Amino acid sequence: MSVVHYREIAGRSPGYWGLVALLTAFVAAGLTAAWFMEHIGHIITGMTNQVVWGMPHVFAVFLIVAASGALNVASIASVFGKVAYKPLARLSGLLAVALLIGGLSILVLDLGRPDRLVVAMTHYNFRSIFAWNIFLYTGFVAVTGFYLWVMMERRLNRYTRMVGTAAFLWRLILTTGTGSIFGFLVARAPYDEAIMAPMFIVMSFSFGLAIFLLVLMAACKGTGRPLGDVTLMRLKNLLGVFAAGVLYFLLAFHITKLYEAEFRGAEAFLLLNGGIYTFLFWFGAVFLGGVLPMLLFWLPQTRRSRAAVGWGSASVVVGGLALMYDIIIGGQAWPLSIFPGMHVSSSFYDGVVNFYAPSLPECALGLGGCALAMLLILLALRLLPFLPESVLDDSGESHSAVAGTSTAPGAA
Amino acid sequence: MNPLKPRSRRRVAPEGPGDGMRDSALPQVACDQDRRRVLGIAGAVALALAPGLSLIAYAQSGSPAGAAASARTRWGLLIDTAKCTPSCTACVTACSSYNGWKNEGRPTDPQWIRKVQVSDPSTGFSRSVPVMCQHCANAPCVEVCPTGASFKRADGIVLVDRHICIGCRYCMMACPYKARSFVSENLSDQKPWAPRGKGTVEGCTLCVPRVDAGKVPACVEACAREGNGAMTFGDLNDPASPIRRALAQHPAVQLRADLLLDTGVRYEGL
Ligand code: SF4
Ligand code: SF4
Repeated sequence: MSVVHYREIAGRSPGYWGLVALLTAFVAAGLTAAWFMEHIGHIITGMTNQVVWGMPHVFAVFLIVAASGALNVASIASVFGKVAYKPLARLSGLLAVALLIGGLSILVLDLGRPDRLVVAMTHYNFRSIFAWNIFLYTGFVAVTGFYLWVMMERRLNRYTRMVGTAAFLWRLILTTGTGSIFGFLVARAPYDEAIMAPMFIVMSFSFGLAIFLLVLMAACKGTGRPLGDVTLMRLKNLLGVFAAGVLYFLLAFHITKLYEAEFRGAEAFLLLNGGIYTFLFWFGAVFLGGVLPMLLFWLPQTRRSRAAVGWGSASVVVGGLALMYDIIIGGQAWPLSIFPGMHVSSSFYDGVVNFYAPSLPECALGLGGCALAMLLILLALRLLPFLPESVLDDSGESHSAVAGTSTAPGAA
Repeated sequence: MNPLKPRSRRRVAPEGPGDGMRDSALPQVACDQDRRRVLGIAGAVALALAPGLSLIAYAQSGSPAGAAASARTRWGLLIDTAKCTPSCTACVTACSSYNGWKNEGRPTDPQWIRKVQVSDPSTGFSRSVPVMCQHCANAPCVEVCPTGASFKRADGIVLVDRHICIGCRYCMMACPYKARSFVSENLSDQKPWAPRGKGTVEGCTLCVPRVDAGKVPACVEACAREGNGAMTFGDLNDPASPIRRALAQHPAVQLRADLLLDTGVRYEGL
């Protein structure tokens, strides 16, 4: 019976500090952008009264959705009892918390009045799915934090399954809530579909696991810790299935929409003649987010290649961002139908496809949130033993006990 | 009964710059105390976070709410599109000057009310339609607002409490009529009776200070002054009111009636 040894990363190499410095610079740029957005106003962004949620929401929703999916590996280990994944459960929990904090920071700093966070925390309208999400997000950080503690504290290990199950259920509800933010928008033809909630759950599986794989491979490579092929290939196959799942849901979503005449205009726009949005859907979401990773993961030429796992995961991430842009911005670009079947025009852009171009401050804020998530991961890996000393395949199925031992930091 | 004088069953709040710091839009007096405490903290945070930030909205909380709205009344507006001339923008101009918003043609500029030119592609039938907040009874903006800043007064007027709006813009996503605007830059020349604030959302208030003072909204007055008389304002709950009598006689529609929002604004001749 083998025991997994976890160890902090040394974090002494110039590479480590270089990365920390780079990410800090991105975070600083994001904060600066947010300061300008609050001080001067959203006029410096590309957002208008037509496209009210812009680039920051694309990054924020992506990170929040990915956060819930990043918990996959931990859930598989503790809830579904697959011991092979247990050594990776801590990293999985850490990623979930860090990605969520990154996404939430963007969301808060993009508010018109971020200084009123206290108001948001003290005034609740319980009919609002948005208000529910505030609880779901903060609760997710708390539950996952507790889950990490239970996993890392030997005396509490026996509760891992219970707390892990709670975290698993919580993240399912959380992503349902995120999807519902859009699904409940009955007035907007590109949304207004209950299937958006389960679609967001599958998207979270895919995006979260892709980021997890990228971080895991980078961390093992950077610290010289061995990462077994069998584990990696298993996770890769899982990601391929999730990516296929997203494609399936996109298909189901759009077929449902096409079936209803009132949505056909919006569908034709998004799928056929929407310019950038059509391109982002087919090339970004479908090809990069689904087809390419599946080819890389399963074609005989590349199926055993580690590089293919990395490229495939990166492709899922880029495709995921494209899909978010398509859903959030493309959905608002399509004009509201206030007079169905009529030709309309006005000084307020009624009846025309709304223009949006992301501005530098918006991109800086969005990237700043991503950098914050990565920075939190880097610092946490150095402070606490999240990463196993090795992820070898024989440490997989033969595991029956997982201890939270932490040995002295070694060289990395 | 003079259509320009709504039947008002409630205590009337005074109007005008002298009463400027009064936010007659506030729903309850009781929660004022509480809110001011929270605002104190938020205000301090605001000052610490961004010196020079506009705190104008806070100043408005200095006095108790005006006359309480009565649930027996439901204010509504009937627009006869047959009487509305396509070239006329009197309602828009009146709203803009009374409430102090300016549309300079940029996509970030607010438009509390706009004229939409509507035509049926198959028949060529066309109309010019003023569109503003429809003051929905089942208002999606109120449902989705996380803080409760979007709220419906007892008399059906839907407003934004500028003190607790955090500027998340979810209400703008949810409104089917594009009735709301986001203030995305610093403001000057605000009208004391129509407080606005950078970073918050705003829209047609049905000229609540005027209505509370027993007058009709500025757009309705301007339309009548122009001689078109396309707009009737009044109490939808009162069977004797001109608006109810007109609604009983002629067919009128709600925009996007399929959404079952029970709008307070109705249209004739569409
Ligand atoms: S028209 Fe829009 S802003 Fe006005 S009450 Fe209805 S949903 Fe709210
Ligand atoms: S922008 Fe303001 S009024 Fe609109 S939903 Fe958000 S908090 Fe409520």
